[in-house]
Amino acid sequence: MFSNLLIYFVVIPLLMLAGFAICKNIRQVRTVAVAGSILLVGLSVWVLCDYLALRAAGNMEEMLFRGDWTWFAPLNIKLSVGVDGVSIAMLILSSIIVFAGSFASWKIDDARHFFMWLILLSTGVYGFFICIDLFTMFMFYEVALIPMYLLIGVWGTGRKEYSAMKLTLMLMGGSAFLMLSLIGIYYHSAPEGQALTWNIIDIARNVEETQCISKGWQYFLFPMCFVGFGVLGAMFPFHTWSPDGHACAPTAVSMLHAGVLMKLGGYGCFRVAMYLMPQAANDLAWIFLILTGISVVYGAFSACVQTDLKYINAYSSVSHCGMVLFAILMINTTALTGAIMQMLSHGLMTALFFALIGMIYGRTHTRDIRLMGGLMKILPFLGVGYVIAGMASLGLPGLSGFVAEMTIFVGSFEHTDMFHRVFTIVACCSIVITAVYILRTVGKLLFGPVLDPHHAELTDASWWERLSTITLILSVAAIGCFPNFFESLIRFTFSPEIFRAIGLN
Amino acid sequence: MEPVIPIIILALPLTMFLVLGLLGHKMAHRTAGILGTLSMGVTMVLAYITTLTYFFSGSSEFINEEGVRLQSVIFNWDWLAFTDSLVIRLGFLLDPISALLLVVITTISFMVHLYSNGYMRDHHGVWETGFQRFYAFLSLFSFSMLGLVVATNIFQMYIFWELVGASSYLLIGFYYTKPSAVSASKKAFIVTRFADLGFLIGILVLSFYTGTFDFTNFTSTGVEGMANVYQVDLTTAEGIRNWIASSPAPVFMGGSVLTWALVLIFMGGMGKSAMMPLHIWLPDAMEGPTPVSALIHAATMVVAGVFLVARLFPLYLMEEVALNIITVVGALTAFYAAMVACVQVDIKRVLAFSTISQIAFMMVSLGVARPEFHHGLGYMAAMFHLFTHAMFKALLFLCAGALIHAIGSNDYTDMHGLRKHMPVTHVTFLIGCLAIAGIIPFAGFFSKDEILTAVFGQSIFWYIWMSAVAGLTAFYMFRLYYLIFWWKEHKTPEGHHAPHDQLWTMTLPLVILAVVSCVAGFVPFGNLVTWNGHPMFESVNFFTNLGALDWSVAAISLAVAILAIILATVMYKKENPLPAKMRSALPRLWDWCYHRFYWDELYMFITHKIIFGCISRPIAWFDRHVIDGSMDGMAWVTQRISFAIRGLQSGNIQLYVWIYLVGVILLGAITAVCLL
Amino acid sequence: MELTILWYLIPSLLMFCCGVYGFITRKNMIAMLISLELMLNAVDINFVVFNRFLFPGELEGMFFTLFAIALAAAETALAIAIIINVFRVSEKIDVDDVTKMKF
Repeated sequence: MFSNLLIYFVVIPLLMLAGFAICKNIRQVRTVAVAGSILLVGLSVWVLCDYLALRAAGNMEEMLFRGDWTWFAPLNIKLSVGVDGVSIAMLILSSIIVFAGSFASWKIDDARHFFMWLILLSTGVYGFFICIDLFTMFMFYEVALIPMYLLIGVWGTGRKEYSAMKLTLMLMGGSAFLMLSLIGIYYHSAPEGQALTWNIIDIARNVEETQCISKGWQYFLFPMCFVGFGVLGAMFPFHTWSPDGHACAPTAVSMLHAGVLMKLGGYGCFRVAMYLMPQAANDLAWIFLILTGISVVYGAFSACVQTDLKYINAYSSVSHCGMVLFAILMINTTALTGAIMQMLSHGLMTALFFALIGMIYGRTHTRDIRLMGGLMKILPFLGVGYVIAGMASLGLPGLSGFVAEMTIFVGSFEHTDMFHRVFTIVACCSIVITAVYILRTVGKLLFGPVLDPHHAELTDASWWERLSTITLILSVAAIGCFPNFFESLIRFTFSPEIFRAIGLN
Repeated sequence: MEPVIPIIILALPLTMFLVLGLLGHKMAHRTAGILGTLSMGVTMVLAYITTLTYFFSGSSEFINEEGVRLQSVIFNWDWLAFTDSLVIRLGFLLDPISALLLVVITTISFMVHLYSNGYMRDHHGVWETGFQRFYAFLSLFSFSMLGLVVATNIFQMYIFWELVGASSYLLIGFYYTKPSAVSASKKAFIVTRFADLGFLIGILVLSFYTGTFDFTNFTSTGVEGMANVYQVDLTTAEGIRNWIASSPAPVFMGGSVLTWALVLIFMGGMGKSAMMPLHIWLPDAMEGPTPVSALIHAATMVVAGVFLVARLFPLYLMEEVALNIITVVGALTAFYAAMVACVQVDIKRVLAFSTISQIAFMMVSLGVARPEFHHGLGYMAAMFHLFTHAMFKALLFLCAGALIHAIGSNDYTDMHGLRKHMPVTHVTFLIGCLAIAGIIPFAGFFSKDEILTAVFGQSIFWYIWMSAVAGLTAFYMFRLYYLIFWWKEHKTPEGHHAPHDQLWTMTLPLVILAVVSCVAGFVPFGNLVTWNGHPMFESVNFFTNLGALDWSVAAISLAVAILAIILATVMYKKENPLPAKMRSALPRLWDWCYHRFYWDELYMFITHKIIFGCISRPIAWFDRHVIDGSMDGMAWVTQRISFAIRGLQSGNIQLYVWIYLVGVILLGAITAVCLL
Repeated sequence: MELTILWYLIPSLLMFCCGVYGFITRKNMIAMLISLELMLNAVDINFVVFNRFLFPGELEGMFFTLFAIALAAAETALAIAIIINVFRVSEKIDVDDVTKMKF
């Protein structure tokens, strides 16, 4: 079992948890957190290199690093692992954000328990991305959701209990739909007379060969599954946990949540809903296209008039994550590649945003942009970081947002009918609205005269804050400058064979 | 051509941006300034070498046996592959217009780099805060602009198009503690972003139907019967030609796809080139430091729209509609901007409106260019005017910078009578004015004359219109000139120096540009830059342009310009009541011009009242109260129901026992009934 | 007169009914406890009686009764302890008055 590299994505966080349990002081906690997150980054890079080497050697299997261990035989539940380009991209994203998040919560109160919950959450995230067994995936999904309640409820600010409760309940509501649809899929996972399975690849093959999930069932299960994951992906109208939740969450939690956890939604929509129920996805996409198309402009317009930095960013996340789901529903290689790129890009960029907002809030003790001004002069490092994050968000070439959005637009434009065209153009409009709210925020927050004389004595970022910020900025710039590497890594997943396998073009 | 020099041309400014941006704050101001200026100087020399090689080496890469200039892709690297055919490449395309723009950009940029060494410090030699940052941004801008003009495909152009927008944003907002600069930079970015939306959709439409981003493929389509000898990829070109031939072309929302695509792409050009109604950002952009205005908002970035249309000109030729739209938009903008420029007080604003008007000239020129008239004279004229305008407008802006630096104010009312104190500035400014007014033999005369000839060939109406605009141009420029340098000078307050000419770093660029403005008109453009690469003249010498003039048109435009200058002299040379009389004679017109025809107010109304007030706020309210409210409502309903039914769970065990007993008895009774 | 099974079951039934009646009607917690004990003892009697009459050779019913008695003792001790504590805190012995921990 331990010869499989992927298992270590779960093992390392679990060891970190054990480490935190025996930590005596904050210094040891930090050591464990930093060492663990560096190990995880290293492991992701290792897996990436191995993956590329295997692919280069001509291994064209759909998933690599496969492993199966049964842990509940009566229902055929296994711990099945395996990754393709998309999962690896997500694993790298998670590792970078966990790394940056560890530094961003350098001074948190009660660090030992905070990190324990944070790492438990990331265990769930990693587990979700490496698993290809529906049940185990779902289990890790829940593991990732629950700690959020405590992290926000205990370490949050503002109306934290309310927000924590709201976030958890809404996501649990989504999980309920999800569970139902997963069970539904399980009972149709194989043709009559064959053993049922939870394994995604097997189910996908069965669906393609024997149509074991009938069209009627697909119509029933697909919306539930999509909505279930869509709640986490902040799909309109199930997005309202996001502004409140983010606003009250502590920095690292916001980073991890917006950066990685929301990606679970998009990833699930693609990996489970689209992959296993292609016909329904094809036929019902229009409903969700409308919803996600609304998300994109709706979130952007809402962000224009917010005054709380975190609300602005949360609504901007609604808009950007809407773009992810929007692209997934376009169901073609280019758009799907764009969707995954957008996940990467949005993950890094929002994490950067939330990290910086947390750092600014830690200094000024307010997040209201009307009460701040001219911070660029006082906090040049944070200011420049914020401008870079903003530029990435509004899609400046050379940073990650641009490549993701352009890939999505080019992909979406491949549909020639009026409906898709109109929605593509509506989605394109978001680049203007994004510019409006980003520049409005940057202008009010960073530029202009210093509004509050108390702010004049603030000190700029300390080394751990710089490290956290620079890591994220470099990642954003790396994707923006060398997109072909990432796109080709992801694109292989959507090679034509696989499209044929799921029954589409 | 080896790709080394082109790579350095692009890489050097980028490296400078990174070096000055990341390490600048650790450098001395002087070091940063010298470093930035030197590297730009090197870039300029390399660009000259490239351009001279392109035009004069006679290499078969660049010119074929018949003397036709070719498009030559020096290098082209894959950057992002969307599909097999839709690939964004980063490359270097050398053809007449990109070679021309290389010269313009690097020259002006170098002048501005040099000039800023003096401009960006005060009279006591104290450096402006953020001096290094300023040079970093200038380098970023130069890099982006160079990348834009050498783009091999439309998406590369879009990428750099956005980057110049961003660097323009950063430079306009350079004085970021000044609220007006912040809002101006925001406005510039958002207005151009809105235009770029059109550009983007245009690209999407065009690339979807043609299956390519590459300019060499677009521009090789040509018009039937017109040989186009740009180097072409024949396979793709054939495909596009077939697609065009199989008209009616695919219909996209009620129009032909090509019309839509070209009009939308032109919208992008309208934004960057400040065509009405997307011009409102340019006057405000004058909040940036004056060297920036000279570089970005007069000479280079704002002509990107013209360049874009020129780049896709063979495609535009296929769509009469799009060209007509360009003509009309250009002509209206030219007239509007010239009117407004006549009454502005802020000298940079006057120059800004003059820029808008002059760029509109170029647009009109492109719009009326047809291959059948003098081998597409309009195209050549637009590029010619782009070149000369860059030189003399940069000159005028740098003069304005020198004045502002000396006086400390942007308004001519604070200047007056400076000709004795600042002789160099005076003479160079006068040369700039003569050039823009179109007085022989200064540069503007030749290019403007070519434009008017081209317009004359297409439509008499627009010819008269544009001639009137040319007259207005001469009038407002000389009005400005007299108001600054003549009139009675202000008394210098006690303890202040009288204004004087600036440091050599500032005057040298003025002199160089003034010399260029004097001689640039003699460059035989017709042999260098034409829409299809065919030279216009058999042989060239220094007087080719003079010889090629259409003297009937030239005489009229010269007469108009001289009349306008005389009028300006009468009205403004000395303080006299004529302007006030004019003003009271046409109060309504004066008001509208002074307030720029209330465009800004209209935009304010649209953005604040409609977008923010009627869309954003209601959506935010809807989100908080309806969507979020319904979620909270669900929680509330659940809680209410719980409260309602919790009475049953009284905790009173005796009640439970009663219920239990009743249940048992009922059950027993039912069982008994059933059994019996 | 022969002692049939009814001679045992009828008093046990009466005892049980008394218990039920008392449990439902009394508000005093001690009285309720006593009623509870009554019911329990009635059931114990039944166990023994049925064992004696139906399966004379076996002892399961007897054992069960012994267990029940032991449990009842423990339970009574616990209940009394709770009642005394409640009384100490609230000085009330009526079940309707002890509502502090409700909802």
